[in-house]
Amino acid sequence: MHTVAAHHDEGKGQYLWVWGVLLLLTAVEVVLAYKQVFAPIQMLEALMVLSIIKSALIIGWFMHLKFEIAAMKWVMMIAVCACLCLMCIFFADAFRILHLGVR
Amino acid sequence: MWLFLLSDTLTFGALLFAYSYGRISNPDWPTPFHKESITNATIMTACLLSSSLTMVLAVLAARRGDKSWTRNWILLTMVFGSAFIVLHGMEWSKLIEEGMTPFKNPWAASVPQFGGTFFTLTGMHMLHVTIGVIYLGVVALRKAFLPIILALWAVIFFMTPADNVFHIGVHALLIGFVIAAVILFLKPKEYDAHDVEIAGLYWHFVDLVWMFIFPLVYLMSTRVQG
Repeated sequence: MHTVAAHHDEGKGQYLWVWGVLLLLTAVEVVLAYKQVFAPIQMLEALMVLSIIKSALIIGWFMHLKFEIAAMKWVMMIAVCACLCLMCIFFADAFRILHLGVR
Repeated sequence: MWLFLLSDTLTFGALLFAYSYGRISNPDWPTPFHKESITNATIMTACLLSSSLTMVLAVLAARRGDKSWTRNWILLTMVFGSAFIVLHGMEWSKLIEEGMTPFKNPWAASVPQFGGTFFTLTGMHMLHVTIGVIYLGVVALRKAFLPIILALWAVIFFMTPADNVFHIGVHALLIGFVIAAVILFLKPKEYDAHDVEIAGLYWHFVDLVWMFIFPLVYLMSTRVQG
């Protein structure tokens, strides 16, 4: 665990802000989906971008990764990038199968 | 804890990829989630986000050495977590009543995997939330939490009909009771700020996973009516 507790701001204000932004982003997601603003593929992309922003806020502030040592940030970022790369491969392949008409 | 969370990410990543792959590659994928379900899922999301905020406040209180507020914030986190489980269980009950099982669904006969992927993914997450609530209860109340779990199990088990989701799912509490009792009696300790922070990491991770399940499962299968 990190020992940086004493080095960063312990104020509640920043966490209330992050919570508010997370709720706002959730509301945006719901409106996008409910109004069906985009076609499914574009909708998936938009929702994924919003989800990644929300997860970055949760990991950075609530899980305090923002205040962790650099090595920990690198390990997490490499894992997240690997996950996103896999997502790009899987989703692109699923999209290709849809257009090939494979059943 | 970070390493455990990384390994758990792989589990949820695989389940989410499988669900999303099926969702995108299949134009007949059912869209059973209408206004009521989306509202329910949005409230569940708000519960989890609020529980993360209260958990952070518990960690801050623990660092200040304020034991009373640490316990209060953790208990409030557990309330939000429990509300999430109840709402999710009600959602499951509704889908099961409509005829959905892990092997079939009433909306698209050509997509039998919808039920299996949905129940596996959301069930796995609900199990994690349940474990999280028990974990927080142990950290906040220690041995005093054991009779509470047992009482909860008895009340839910004997008060719900045999075919209800909660009647079967409540046994997770009994397993949690046994594990918590073994830990608390074999390794009793006073949980400090460090332990509260580790419990918080687990709880935020559960919240984090839901940030992907909510859009992929619910919002991508919205049925808009009129």
